[in-house]
Amino acid sequence: MTLGLSLGVVVGYLVVALALGLVAYRVSETTAEDYYLASRSIGTLVLLFTTFATLLSAFTFFGGPNLAYAAGPEWLIVMGTLDGVLFAVLWYVIGYKQWLIGARNSYVTLGEMLGDRFGSVGLRALVAGVSLLWLFPYVMLQQMGAGEALVGLTDGAVPYWGGAALITGFMILYVAVAGLRGVAWTDTLQGLFMLSIVWVAAAWVVSALGGVGAATEGMLAARPEFGSFGGGAYTPGFIVSSAVTIAFGVTMFPQINQRFFVAKSAATLKRSFALWPVLVLLLFLPAFMLGAWAAGTPVTVPEDANVLPVVLGEYTPAWFTALVVAGAMAAMMSSSDSMLLSGSSYFTRDLYRPLVDADASERREAWIARIGVAAFATLAFVASLFRPGTLIEVGDTAFSGFALLAFPVICALYWPRTTRTGMVVGVAVPQATYLLVVLSSVLPVVPTLPRTVLGGWDVALGLMVLSGALTLGVSLFTAPTEESDASRFAVVSD
Amino acid sequence: MTRLRSDLVWIPTFAILVAFAVPWPLWGVDRVVAGLPVWIWWHVAWLGLCAALFALFVRSGAWERGMGRRPAAGSVDRTVNGAVDRGGDRP
Repeated sequence: MTLGLSLGVVVGYLVVALALGLVAYRVSETTAEDYYLASRSIGTLVLLFTTFATLLSAFTFFGGPNLAYAAGPEWLIVMGTLDGVLFAVLWYVIGYKQWLIGARNSYVTLGEMLGDRFGSVGLRALVAGVSLLWLFPYVMLQQMGAGEALVGLTDGAVPYWGGAALITGFMILYVAVAGLRGVAWTDTLQGLFMLSIVWVAAAWVVSALGGVGAATEGMLAARPEFGSFGGGAYTPGFIVSSAVTIAFGVTMFPQINQRFFVAKSAATLKRSFALWPVLVLLLFLPAFMLGAWAAGTPVTVPEDANVLPVVLGEYTPAWFTALVVAGAMAAMMSSSDSMLLSGSSYFTRDLYRPLVDADASERREAWIARIGVAAFATLAFVASLFRPGTLIEVGDTAFSGFALLAFPVICALYWPRTTRTGMVVGVAVPQATYLLVVLSSVLPVVPTLPRTVLGGWDVALGLMVLSGALTLGVSLFTAPTEESDASRFAVVSD
Repeated sequence: MTRLRSDLVWIPTFAILVAFAVPWPLWGVDRVVAGLPVWIWWHVAWLGLCAALFALFVRSGAWERGMGRRPAAGSVDRTVNGAVDRGGDRP
């Protein structure tokens, strides 16, 4: 009975989200700009929550509490710093600048923006290709999260692959019918839903444990080291590298970066910027503290299971646990459908159209996009069945890959002297190096290269510095090409 | 140029806001205050401070001047360049 109820709640929630997408589709135009950017008409509340919900994925909702449970509540500090403060600053430095020039030149993708500035189809394709490469593990991460979530919720009655397949099906269906407007609308619903549900969950568990003070006391009795800041896995190197690579990586995520083009007005961006730290804290505080407090409860978390649903299962009724899992799955779905939608625009606009068929009709392009999404999601699903790492590990890999794009892009946005060769070298060399480091742990033919050095410092951080240095250095020694046009990125004052 | 020299103070301000969102001075401190480790309260208060200063950054017009634009007098609700607002959601 409870099994049916739990599944009913989860599937019911996903169906409601899909229905909302269909309504959004009814008011959509059939142009590419509407499909991908909702005609650049997204207002503050929707922009805030669509970006917010997109950031919220299995990484935040399951990976975060898992890490807090295993290593201590310091993860709250790492995520709060990177999402609440550093990302907000980048929101202005990268996001607002991109919005200004994007609105003037009608850009839809990052690759398109850079390709136009440097007059280079090759650079455009390179940026799109790199982005799609790192998008793959992140979509896979959502499928892994969903698979694990349903195993936990149903005590294994729904197998891991079943949960992963369910969410894959929903995300393909969703992206195929709704476009950005639908994605943005459901993101708002899901953002509000998750924000409230996670507080209810925390209140429920904390009152069962006898209050916040008692919950913390229990945690400290079981794991005394959780009380002091730092120590264990949380070395300064780990804290700084995670915060920097993830924050910069997030800005280059296709679905986040594309959000920089969709705002209706500057006011929308400004309001979102100022609200960001508070919103982030409101979500992370209860979610991660629940994970940390769980360490002091008698609850045992099975291997490969997520802490959050297990704790809720112990202290709250089955329907509520199902509701939280539904919220988390919805979070994964909104992350994934945004990613797939943006990924498909990168694919059709930056790879297919310039390289394969420049004269493809809009209709054909729309079909190519949808087939691309289905193929991409299915491949990620297959890869997710191998479970190549924990949620945090897989997520970190993707974030770091994207982070390597950030410095060259900032260079291009602010330094008119940046050249095409500088960009290509600054993007390609660190990417190739990082890919080698990542693949070396999977491929048996090469020795495994270290991912961190000197006590938790991520090699990606060094490669980020390299990407900036190469872009600057090579630009200084090369001349701008005929086709490049720095004025494309100039901000005009009206 | 519409940039003001006083706006430059925002650069170190942002750097400090980012750097000390991590409660470095409380490294290794294990005091519990009002039910939570004290360094968590530092972080909560710091993010509140960030939100307040971010709002001030926007209000003061430094947001626009930083990009070499004139801040809109009295209003932040304009649509820039007229190129983006197509009058809402309807087709």
